[in-house]
Amino acid sequence: MPAVYLEREDKMIKVNELNVKDILKKLNINPTTVIIARNNELITEDAVLSENDKIKILPVISGG
Amino acid sequence: MPCKRCKSNPVIQLPNSNIKLCKSCFIKYFERKVLNTIRKYNLINHKENIISALSGGKDSLSLLYLLNKIASKKLDFKLSALLVDEGIKGYRDKTIKTAREFCEKNNIKLHITSYSEVTGKTLDKIKKQFPDTIACSMCGVLRRYLLNKKSRELKANKLATGHNLDDEAQSIMMNQFRHNIALSARLGPITGVKRDKRFVPRIKPFYFLTEKEVATYAFINGLMDEFNECTYCTESNRFVVRDMLNSLEQKYPGTKHSIVASFLEVLPLLKEKYKNQKINSCKICSEPASSEVCNACNLLQRIRQ
Ligand code: SF4
Ligand SMILES: [Zn+2]
Ligand SMILES: [Zn+2]
Repeated sequence: MPAVYLEREDKMIKVNELNVKDILKKLNINPTTVIIARNNELITEDAVLSENDKIKILPVISGG
Repeated sequence: MPCKRCKSNPVIQLPNSNIKLCKSCFIKYFERKVLNTIRKYNLINHKENIISALSGGKDSLSLLYLLNKIASKKLDFKLSALLVDEGIKGYRDKTIKTAREFCEKNNIKLHITSYSEVTGKTLDKIKKQFPDTIACSMCGVLRRYLLNKKSRELKANKLATGHNLDDEAQSIMMNQFRHNIALSARLGPITGVKRDKRFVPRIKPFYFLTEKEVATYAFINGLMDEFNECTYCTESNRFVVRDMLNSLEQKYPGTKHSIVASFLEVLPLLKEKYKNQKINSCKICSEPASSEVCNACNLLQRIRQ
């Protein structure tokens, strides 16, 4: 199961989905508001993960 | 699917399109777009003194990084940075550290000014004094005032800000919702309804790039700050408008670009309409004002009471 780190909430969760698009949908995250990194490299929303992948979801909005 | 141009791994799917780009193709795309904006709207001319407003967040860091890259290479202009410290504990103190380190590393002169310097109080204190006033409205007045005053004192030809397409679309919509069209006449890639020595024109080189594109550029160049939100940001209705536009964008891709493109079509008419509007000089500080006393001095008087 891929691991997802949510920077805004500062928490790590496990998901069943392998498609990044499905993960975002499940977490109710609008893709225009985040960038996604795997091993410190950005990936696009149509990327497909492997079982052991860890990804980070970083909000693009800046407050202030 | 690999990068459309070179078959490497893509880092982004461009907004409102099917094109995906890899790291190096995206950097080229991004920088070309900024240079085109600078040229098309005449944002920076040869030998000008450009001051880049710096907060330490990803937008302003990316802007300073890019301007520094082209200041010596593609265009020939003088560059320094200006930071306004509002005095917001747990927020600005962190980004100031990032800003300082960046300028030191890249050998860029950094000017710092603060709300305490002019009001004797930090924004945190001012907010305590006026708990019922939205922090952002006081903050905005003071920041605009200080940025203009300081950059004029530093003899800047232009003040560059990291405003992106999302910011502009939000401002346009907010002015619509509040029937503040005279304020919209001051938006655009370069501000100012007409030339006025008291105003340092503001330029927005990221005008046609979305927040997501700027974040992508920042990340690739190691400029993405840790997620950090101003304590008071939930008070502002800008953030309501931002979320609304982002949901619209998700449902109808291209919404934000269309708002800005439509606005640019009517902007010349707005400027024409408001060009004869008289701008007073504040009788206290001589900064530009819409009435006898400028908004900043009004606020300053209340703060000092
Ligand atoms: S969110 Fe509001 S209070 Fe915070 S820095 Fe921005 S304008 Fe100032
Ligand atoms: Zn490429
Ligand atoms: Zn004044």
